[in-house]
Amino acid sequence: MAAPEIEVNDVEAPAVDPVEGAVAALREKFPDLTDDPRPNYTGLMVPPDQLLAVAGELKNQLGFEYLSSVTGADLIEDDKMEVIYHTYNLEKGGGAVVLKTQVGRSNPEVPSLSNMWEGANFQEREAYDLLGINFEGHPDMRRILMWDGFVGHPLRKDWKEAFWEGDEKPFKSRWPGGEVFRAEERNAFGKNVKYPVDWAFNAESLTDTDDEIYGGLTIQRQQAKTDIRTDNVTVNIGPQHPSTHGVFRMVVTMDGETITDLQPVMGYLHRNHEKIGERNTFLGNIPYTDRLDYLSSMSNNHGYVLAIEKLLGVTPPERAEWIRILMVELTRMVNHLWALGFLLNDIGALQTPMLYLTIERELILDLFEATSGTRMMCNYMRFGGLAYDLPREVRGQEIYKFLDELVLERLPKIMDELDYYISGNEIIRERSIGIGVLTREQAINYSTCGPVLRGSGVKYDVRKAEPYSYYEHLDFDIPTESAGDVYARYWVRVKEMYESLRILRQVLPHLKETDGARTHADDKPAYAIRVPKGGDAYGRVENPKGELGYYVMTKPKGTNPERYHIRAPSFINLTPLGLMSRGDKIADLVVVLGSIDIVLGETDR
Amino acid sequence: MYGIGIVKGLRTTMKHFIRTYTVDWNFSDKLTEENLLERQSLKSAAGIISVNYPDEKLPMPERFRFVPFLVMNDPAPGQKAGDDWCTSCGICAKVCPPQCIWIERGKLPNGRPKPQPEQFYIDIDICMNCGYCSEFCPFDAIKMDHDYELASYDRSSAHIHDKERLSKPISYWRAIAPERAAGEEAIRTAEEEAKAAKKAARGKK
Ligand code: SF4
Ligand code: SF4
Repeated sequence: MAAPEIEVNDVEAPAVDPVEGAVAALREKFPDLTDDPRPNYTGLMVPPDQLLAVAGELKNQLGFEYLSSVTGADLIEDDKMEVIYHTYNLEKGGGAVVLKTQVGRSNPEVPSLSNMWEGANFQEREAYDLLGINFEGHPDMRRILMWDGFVGHPLRKDWKEAFWEGDEKPFKSRWPGGEVFRAEERNAFGKNVKYPVDWAFNAESLTDTDDEIYGGLTIQRQQAKTDIRTDNVTVNIGPQHPSTHGVFRMVVTMDGETITDLQPVMGYLHRNHEKIGERNTFLGNIPYTDRLDYLSSMSNNHGYVLAIEKLLGVTPPERAEWIRILMVELTRMVNHLWALGFLLNDIGALQTPMLYLTIERELILDLFEATSGTRMMCNYMRFGGLAYDLPREVRGQEIYKFLDELVLERLPKIMDELDYYISGNEIIRERSIGIGVLTREQAINYSTCGPVLRGSGVKYDVRKAEPYSYYEHLDFDIPTESAGDVYARYWVRVKEMYESLRILRQVLPHLKETDGARTHADDKPAYAIRVPKGGDAYGRVENPKGELGYYVMTKPKGTNPERYHIRAPSFINLTPLGLMSRGDKIADLVVVLGSIDIVLGETDR
Repeated sequence: MYGIGIVKGLRTTMKHFIRTYTVDWNFSDKLTEENLLERQSLKSAAGIISVNYPDEKLPMPERFRFVPFLVMNDPAPGQKAGDDWCTSCGICAKVCPPQCIWIERGKLPNGRPKPQPEQFYIDIDICMNCGYCSEFCPFDAIKMDHDYELASYDRSSAHIHDKERLSKPISYWRAIAPERAAGEEAIRTAEEEAKAAKKAARGKK
């Protein structure tokens, strides 16, 4: 792709690539930094004792103030653990400055960045939980996805589950021997747990893990603002609660009705997607990505195929790119229609607006079904193209006629209607203005992304900052709002949908023009895909919920990823939930949560 | 003015409420199977657009995919099963992401592998309906079904489909996906013709 066109905050495109400039400045100041020595890997190797200084320089002096992703990797062959940081420049856009630091595998300790970037908080906890990397100075080093009594760190390469069959798919047992067994019988209840060697049950050794959660809450009895003496009450909301959008739990301390502190508890839907992905073939992972944020499977596919396409060095043909944009933008519509519907639900406009919005969503899902075969688990994109071309008909209507009618008539109509009867509604405004406020600095510091970041006045969108696919050829704006409250996030979503419609209108003529052209780079898509040179790649897209990133490490000629990490917007956007809801009433909590828009399939992975 | 937003909201709800009756007016109270598609088209899909399942069912698009089936020849009169198309090459078992396909390859009397499966199982509990098996089968021998009503009372015995349960005649595939079946058939004939032409050319030499 040509050099990315930078338009963020209307700054002129700088002569020097911001990433190269920053890397050069860092190397001058810290002579110990080296490039990643492995072939086809990118990033700066930072000795662990200099990490804080380097990150501080990057954040405060060089303008890379956004820490997007923190993750670890188990390098079992070198007996090392690695932590990988992706930082971005919000003003100038462009690529990432990638920092990597390696420590010994037996007792890995890395300084925590969570005091510098609050956004590292949950991500470091995740790396601790799944890989056993200890972050020194982290305020709350607990497990986050696995249950608290779990022994071991499942993403380590030498960790094996109870019914381990092999390190890599395809497993040998299925063909030509054909020994059939039911998955459920092998994992019979009670037998699917692997106990550590010489472990014996001892009730006293069990800690009540809830104590730790409650202990983490700040009790502010003395600071009650009113004259009325009230007791603090701690309440559990979820995990089985219709307003938590899935199996999500919040432990809330309240002074009267006012929230004084909140701890999110998650992991109830955890299935270790990353471990599954590391065993699975590159191709086999595409349908699994559908199940992350199951409302926007098309964009999930897109991010993953972009990352692998970088490793394979293939480019999809023109028609495939246009269809990808069509699908991804329609997915944004689908997601926002759903998110707004449920936000209104949470506010108290129970069901009615949501069902009106769902009608349009159904029409788009029908298109997805006719195109890819399934409404939600689309599994539509392939490395170097698409699984199929557009269908000839949808709902008994010729495809282009259907698309024209959908994009030019039905969707704008429902948007205008929504705007007409919701945006000015007094109850909605009362319930959402000034609620769940996140300032611009906080939004950046907490690594939030998507509508949450833009609702706090940061003009950042991956489609503009680091354009992928054909986005640089399309004309659209990034809507922002400066208030940072629930209403601002609502507005950003509404405006984003109008922008999506604008993009779709530009895409339609290209689709008609390229009708009949090929949609895949290869004549016959291969199934045994190998990455010839190995290396690492980070593919990121602007998912409806925010920046969705796939970090993939692979060995030369590998058929499986060596490391496969997902930067999940739903997960990271939850980091400031406590901050946003503090001081609000308990009834506003579900509204704040609804305005973040999470999907638990992605949060828990 | 304060309160105007609420009035607007009520107006919209009223409009939608009235619109739920236009379907009845437009189709003069005859909700038949024939006009289902018309009722569901973009022009008239407003107000009530729900379908009275299971009395009415939306037609499945050709590409719709649900748990796969195995293709066999149409059985001869009086026979229960025709010849399998599957050659037990094992590609689907290797490409299946959750690996829910088990194939037992048959043996010929002389000990050589038989190009037909002895047994073929799919655990539909873990099949994720991704469609890879049918996408990558080189013999068009496994196809995604349109039959989504698979609920049963006993999941421990009914959810592993064996070869008998999986096999369906090719005429069924032609019925549910005429366009795709025709396309595949054209490719197969072309390939066979090319092969025959090659053979003939070699024979002449
Ligand atoms: S890929 Fe096709 S021919 Fe090969 S085993 Fe599977 S169904 Fe049979
Ligand atoms: S549809 Fe996918 S999961 Fe199901 S049997 Fe075929 S390849 Fe396996």
